[in-house]
Amino acid sequence: MPKRSYTQTPMAEQEPTIRKDNFEEVALGYTVEQGKFEASRCLQCKDAPCIKHCPVMIDIPGFIQAIKDDDMSKAYQIINRYSNLPAICGRVCPQEKQCEMVCKLGKSKKFEPVAIGKLERLVADWSFEQSSKDKAVKLDKGKVAVVGGGPSGLTVAGDLAKMGYETTIFEALHKAGGVLSYGIPEFRLPKDIVDKEIQQIKDLGVNIQTNVVVGKTIDMQEVMDEFDACYIAIGAGTPKFLGISGSGLKGVYASSEFLTRVNLMHGYDFPNYDTPVENGRNVVVIGGGNVAMDSARSAKRLGAEQVTVVYRRSKDELPARKEEFYHSVEEGIEYSWLTNPIEYLGDENGNLTGVKCIKMELGDPDDSGRRRPVPISGSEFIIKADEAVEAIGQGANRVLLDAFPELDLNHWGYIDADEETCATSIAGIFAGGDIVTGAATVILAMGAGKLAAKEINNYVTQEKAKNREGSLQ
Amino acid sequence: MGRTTVFTISNCKRLAVNEYEFWVKAPQIASKAKAGQFVILRIDEFGERLPLTIVDNDKQAGKIHLIFQVVGKTTAALAELCDGDSLKDLAGPLGKATEIKNYGNVLLVGGGVGIAALYPIVKELKKAGNYVITVLGAKSKDLIILEKECKEASDELYVMTDDGSAGEKGLVTDAMSKILTHQTINFCWAIGPSVMMKFCTLTADKYNLPIYVSLNPIMIDGTGMCGGCRVTISDSIKFACVDGPEFLGSEVHWDEFISRMAQYNEEEALSYGQLKRQVKENA
Repeated sequence: MPKRSYTQTPMAEQEPTIRKDNFEEVALGYTVEQGKFEASRCLQCKDAPCIKHCPVMIDIPGFIQAIKDDDMSKAYQIINRYSNLPAICGRVCPQEKQCEMVCKLGKSKKFEPVAIGKLERLVADWSFEQSSKDKAVKLDKGKVAVVGGGPSGLTVAGDLAKMGYETTIFEALHKAGGVLSYGIPEFRLPKDIVDKEIQQIKDLGVNIQTNVVVGKTIDMQEVMDEFDACYIAIGAGTPKFLGISGSGLKGVYASSEFLTRVNLMHGYDFPNYDTPVENGRNVVVIGGGNVAMDSARSAKRLGAEQVTVVYRRSKDELPARKEEFYHSVEEGIEYSWLTNPIEYLGDENGNLTGVKCIKMELGDPDDSGRRRPVPISGSEFIIKADEAVEAIGQGANRVLLDAFPELDLNHWGYIDADEETCATSIAGIFAGGDIVTGAATVILAMGAGKLAAKEINNYVTQEKAKNREGSLQ
Repeated sequence: MGRTTVFTISNCKRLAVNEYEFWVKAPQIASKAKAGQFVILRIDEFGERLPLTIVDNDKQAGKIHLIFQVVGKTTAALAELCDGDSLKDLAGPLGKATEIKNYGNVLLVGGGVGIAALYPIVKELKKAGNYVITVLGAKSKDLIILEKECKEASDELYVMTDDGSAGEKGLVTDAMSKILTHQTINFCWAIGPSVMMKFCTLTADKYNLPIYVSLNPIMIDGTGMCGGCRVTISDSIKFACVDGPEFLGSEVHWDEFISRMAQYNEEEALSYGQLKRQVKENA
């Protein structure tokens, strides 16, 4: 057995100078040989902490052992027991804050943790090449409706279909996937991967109805009349705006609009696709999360000469994934730390010309434990810009909630659902993902979906048993 | 809630120079649509999402009526569709419905293709017992659409044309002023080009008449997810797709709204030019 490598097996990537001009995937994936080599670094801990820190609790040492044993089929079967979207999670999960953070190998000084995400991705991508399909189960246990075709909805639907439920997903847009389709760009998550994952869920017998806006096209009463239970996973998709002067200027976008144009509508391929997206020369992106990184890197690929990310805290507080931050720096994205926009400046034609900002300093820690940024008076300056993208967060989408006032909400305006069971204030209606937690991660939304599938199964089984008893009397 | 619908179109007709209509099979939308609401459609896999007002709905046949003006690539491509063709995607009904009740005397003003969006409101307000005065305006006679239908649903109907080829020569605001000087009106609606709606608002303001306008900003998803359609209403940001499309005209920040409509003029011209060249090459 070869000596265990101190570092993670590197994954081939497109060169920054080339990739900054295209939307193709940056990370190119492991070969099976590389995967086997990386898999051999795993210590196969008995009490594996990585499993507990995966929101869907994948048997990580188990599938890694299978890769090492050159049994990719077994590795896939193991992952598939826990996750319905491994090709996506392997790519977009913040593993450094989850499974890889607690890897015992990584805890020893000299070693980097096992590249769990990259290995998961390898197995999932390998499975796409195989012809064997999951055998569809007989769907006779009941009917469940899922509102929203994002990661949480897809997960719950996949799990319920595996249990034998006839499951229908209602999706408002013309394509399922939620944030996977409209939010995360191709260079991090190719859309053909998303399509393949969705196809695998359809192959289980899940019916996906696009162009159905629940609350408008159909209402919750109709849903409850036809289905035994319902899972609401409509996400937190409503963009927030800073609301500073000049927000109405041409060239000012919410990241949601900018990324929807680029990703869902293929705006980067205009005019082959009909939806245009502005390609600014000087772009300012406001925010420090993954959405800000995605927006900045997309703007660069659309041909921007200068892209500046403006963040009100410092580099240490940046909430984005480290990997994405480094990628962005390699691609020439610039950063203005401790900076907050206070006004958009425009010309007489209503076009954006600059973003007036103020420097900030860090004061005392706030409720979240991060030091609160405070403006430094007199430090205003202007960044020249013909495009600005606000990536400062999203809130609950009101369309369904307004049409369904019977459902209890919490004081942030999200659905009040039990963390342990995903149950809402109405029997038979469950909810999970961002519409319960506020904007979080893909894997947490999937975790809620897995939990909900079990609870929905319990609920429907019990209700049906009750009805049977009733009919005997 | 059966299988996914095929959005087949029928009764394709040219209504006026550059204005077309058809009906689309969409039972769910037809059963829910109310006056003032709209749909978002997409022609094909490469298409953009285009918002259009629902002019009418036939619940029994499960169809909705759409009218559009050819102004660019997508509407030009729509005009090429024939009976039996289908749309790739159709979502709706979207937006808030018009608040229909008995206001008393109501004045409804429609300009150009905006008449298509006005007509369902005219019809419903009449049904609700209002005394309905309708003003239709266009550049010339052959651009006045739905005149017969509006007349049937109105107590009084006036037609205004820029060139005097039908009705009276002049602008819809001229007719508004004339009506407002000798009649008490309780509520007003204006739907048409943004400049027309702005000036209708200014006219109504002079007479302290509350006026609703139906805004038609650039939209993408149409379900409140992106903020592309945001408008400033009384100094706060609203999304026309979920908070509107109807707003009080006096609260709209008109200059910003009109400016934002022109955001993609260059790209729109490029895209339309490309389609025209393709059509020429194929001819």
